[in-house]
Amino acid sequence: MSDIVGQAAAAAGAGPGAPARARAVIIGAGIVGNSLAYHLARLGWRDLVLVDKGPMPNPGGSTGHASNFIFPIEYSKMMMELTRDSTEQYKQLGVFTESGGIEVARTPERMTELRRRCTQARAWQIPAELLSPAQVRALVPYLDERVILGGAYFPTVGVVDSLRAGTLMREQAEGSGALTVLAGAEITGIVTDPDASRAGRFDGRTGGRVTGVRTTRGDIETDLVAICCGVWSPRLARMAGARIPLTPVVHQMISVGPIELFEKSPGEISYPIVRDVDANMYERQHGGDMEVGSYAHRPIIVDPDAIPSIEQAALSPTELPFTAEDFDPQLAQALELMPGLLGDERAGIRYAINGLISMTPDGHPVIGETPEVAGLWSVAASWIKEGPGCGRAAAEWMTGGVPEIDIHEADVSRFYPHQRTTAHVTARAREGFNKMYGIVHPAEQWESGRPLRRGPAYDRERALGAVFFETAGWERPHWYESNAALLERYEERLMRRPGEWESRWWSPIINAEHLAMRDNAGLVDLSAFAVLDITGPGALDAVQRLAVAQMDVRPGRVVYTSLLDEAGGFRGDLTIMRLGAHAFRVVTGGATGMMDAKWISDHLPDDGTATLADVTSAWTTLGLWGPKAREILARLTADDVSGQGFPFGTCRPIEAAGITVLASRISYVGELGWELYVPAEQGAALWDALWEAGQPSGLVPVGIGVYGTTGRLEKGYRAFGNELTAEYNLVEAGLARPTVKSGDFIGKAAYLAQRERPPAAVLCTLTVDDHRSASGEPRYMLGGEPVLGPDGQVLTDARGRTSYVTSAGSGPSVGKHILLAYLPAGQAREGNRLAVEYLGERYPVTVAVVGARPLFDPGNERVRA
Amino acid sequence: MEVCVCVKRVPMVGGAIALTPDGQAVDTSMSGFTVSPHEECAVEEAVRITERHGGTVTVLTLGPPEAEQQLRDMLALGAGRAVLLATDGTERGPVATAAAITAAVRDRGFDLLLFGNEAADTGGYQVPVRVAHALGLPCVTGIKRLEVTPGAGAAGRLVAGREYRGSLESFELPLPAVVSVKEGINLPRYPSLPGRLRARRASVEVLDPGPAPAEGLRTERLRVPRAPASRARVLGSGAGAVPALVRVLDDLGVLR
Repeated sequence: MSDIVGQAAAAAGAGPGAPARARAVIIGAGIVGNSLAYHLARLGWRDLVLVDKGPMPNPGGSTGHASNFIFPIEYSKMMMELTRDSTEQYKQLGVFTESGGIEVARTPERMTELRRRCTQARAWQIPAELLSPAQVRALVPYLDERVILGGAYFPTVGVVDSLRAGTLMREQAEGSGALTVLAGAEITGIVTDPDASRAGRFDGRTGGRVTGVRTTRGDIETDLVAICCGVWSPRLARMAGARIPLTPVVHQMISVGPIELFEKSPGEISYPIVRDVDANMYERQHGGDMEVGSYAHRPIIVDPDAIPSIEQAALSPTELPFTAEDFDPQLAQALELMPGLLGDERAGIRYAINGLISMTPDGHPVIGETPEVAGLWSVAASWIKEGPGCGRAAAEWMTGGVPEIDIHEADVSRFYPHQRTTAHVTARAREGFNKMYGIVHPAEQWESGRPLRRGPAYDRERALGAVFFETAGWERPHWYESNAALLERYEERLMRRPGEWESRWWSPIINAEHLAMRDNAGLVDLSAFAVLDITGPGALDAVQRLAVAQMDVRPGRVVYTSLLDEAGGFRGDLTIMRLGAHAFRVVTGGATGMMDAKWISDHLPDDGTATLADVTSAWTTLGLWGPKAREILARLTADDVSGQGFPFGTCRPIEAAGITVLASRISYVGELGWELYVPAEQGAALWDALWEAGQPSGLVPVGIGVYGTTGRLEKGYRAFGNELTAEYNLVEAGLARPTVKSGDFIGKAAYLAQRERPPAAVLCTLTVDDHRSASGEPRYMLGGEPVLGPDGQVLTDARGRTSYVTSAGSGPSVGKHILLAYLPAGQAREGNRLAVEYLGERYPVTVAVVGARPLFDPGNERVRA
Repeated sequence: MEVCVCVKRVPMVGGAIALTPDGQAVDTSMSGFTVSPHEECAVEEAVRITERHGGTVTVLTLGPPEAEQQLRDMLALGAGRAVLLATDGTERGPVATAAAITAAVRDRGFDLLLFGNEAADTGGYQVPVRVAHALGLPCVTGIKRLEVTPGAGAAGRLVAGREYRGSLESFELPLPAVVSVKEGINLPRYPSLPGRLRARRASVEVLDPGPAPAEGLRTERLRVPRAPASRARVLGSGAGAVPALVRVLDDLGVLR
């Protein structure tokens, strides 16, 4: 027997002391920390320490009050995979109970959304079925079917015991001798060595390197600290000078009981969980009670510093006092849906909380080493449904491997500095909260915190009626209303979309701009490019190690290359200019800029012979493309811009309109032209000069709708995150080159192995043969739809990967709606007739191209003109 | 039976209590609000009385405009009417509180005024007695058992019981009367969903209590007494802990 005297005494240092040294210190014993400890131990790490200021098994974080149900369907593929993996882990631990779950629709718009959701489920092999109101009622006898129009049934929905799962994982790690658990020990400091700062390499890293932690039970030396503290994570990160961009947000939940019907049913749950998505609520049986949760109330953002201590909290620190005035407006809708069951006067609200959960600006977890402090990891903003999956992915990554699930969308380094500010995080959490169960269009734009990053030509673009979309804080014209005048000229080829959904966040002007660019020329604002300079005597070696392509080219060459991870999956997709013997300029997309910067920085030599500088804010980029691009540029420069004098794939400084411009002759839209790099403060001047010089040639401003979709798809260019993910490889993507460079590079061994075996799937360009739906209205796919074989089944390759549309968009010049999709090798035949499922209907498609050959201008004559 | 229950909005505490830096109030930035537990029992008792004998429960509070939320909480439990004597949020002492309540209930014809024995925060134990005195009504306090016999005029009466040093005292009072009750008199119900919905839709009568008369007492400063450290005993783990656990349960008298 032993006595433990109160929390205060434990915090003051009672209990076993801390070991002096640890391989890794994991802070937080919620589902994530326990899972991370378990997986690190499983992967062979020992001398692990798990610290939590609270008591076991429920130290008081969000795991302790979670509603613990898991729907397999998600909007993001990564989230779906993390959830799938987590479910498998819960099942192996024996804590999963399958209950089924139904999302019900109260509106026609939602019914359509549920149809979309079932289609999405099919693409990912998730069992799903549309139900009529009567069918819903048959499964949920206490639901009033007159309130709903139908539902989407997901039979593999289930509930878990997350506290038990965490305990089992922790105990297994402890039992194997790999883990010491310090419960009731508080972290009072995270120690860093500022001299180990890699500021010379990458200006994002300012906080040095982790060397240990201080706890109320003693100090621990360690090279790796993992913050798995859920809503407290920002507070812990700040101790080391890093920022974890998440915020605690209130999610209200009540538990109503006793429910007479449930008292007769065995176990925790016997009826499907109902998501009343149009009311932003859910109803889930929990033993004799019904839990009703809400995302409908006003967003209640809580400062991490305002979370009560364990001592102060009435229930637990993350179960704040219920504010009935926020919940009450929802009662009528809950009663309407389940009048008999929830309307029972004998059933009382026995438990009600303002539960704290974590939210991030984009709704995804934050996993990985923080960009500011080496050795300081974040594994946070993970909910119950993805917790074990996040723990596993983080453990695989920490131990030097590549996470089996591509988690780049959860990478903590994806955020730019402005996205890590409290203002941004809280504004986006506020905006995102009520969208939790919303019908969110894939192109839907955020409203808060805009405009922030404005390119030098922003005012010109506004004057031209630019409709701005946001990428990484940048305001990017997606199309220009001033080009509406082009609609008449191209009316026959606009591929107008009568369907409201497909025309949302879209305009036929995009297709008109596209055609005008192909006819004459277009001017594209590319300010959002991330520009990273790698310089120094070791720069060539460093770049060679990072890039698949041969980088030992003469200065003045531009190379398009992939970056691979050790397992041969895509880690980056970008262009590199060799500016000099020891100078390379990496240009990459705004969305991935920060991740690319960290990846490159992490792989620069330790001796400091190569340094990385993020010069994004110093440079702006304008794209000039189209058959008339040369004549326009020639009006501004005396330099040789002829086909021979300035061939494709080269770059060099020219003087244009009195400005020194770094011109780079490449194209992502398949036209003759240049990316023009100028110091940011001269960007507007260059825009004006090009604009004026372009008028006689019919130059139009062109938005990202063309640059990122229509122009790209006609050329079959692959996009990182869509086609290029860790799931597929260079060979499958059709990007393998005839030879492999002799020197070593990251992922080379895996790449060589990929080349040896026939690809299981091949990336193909498909065109839609007939858009007519059953109602006669033409419909246009937006991406994510499953590809079906002649038997109506979703195509699946030899490795079990299903075929789905990775990118979709108009091809105005080829007169077809274009889809990219990986097809099983056996189905990848040009002319092969397949089908795509969209909104529950099938549309015939044809495989137009197998591999990377462009649909438009297959000989690339225009690019090389 | 027309029953009035007086309640007070107080900080919801379950953990360590923190004070504002000036020591004049409880720091409520991390706590919610509720009514005193004794008062919750008073409302439950009132609801049961009206369920049995008919009539209405009116809940009344003196407090800031936000106290409307606590009134609605009580409406959700079965009270039918609510009266808010809205202050500017400044705490009023027992003299002022009793004066405001007295003025508000005087001509409303209540058969019974129920109070909690004392407020959970200030614990003055005075308001029910002061109200009874001002209205010239009979009063018993600390009640844990209550039986009401309604009736017109002298026929209406109640029998109230309280425990005192191990014995049970029983009082018989004519109605109308003032009674303050203690936790344990009943087990209050939880609000039902329809109850909350009714409460949300109900109207709350807001009255101006007027200026506060002078108090005889004044708060100098609050102090949180040192609580004895909580003590948890680990009895063992697994099946080996069962005998020790059985002994503890036996000592607690929960085994039969």
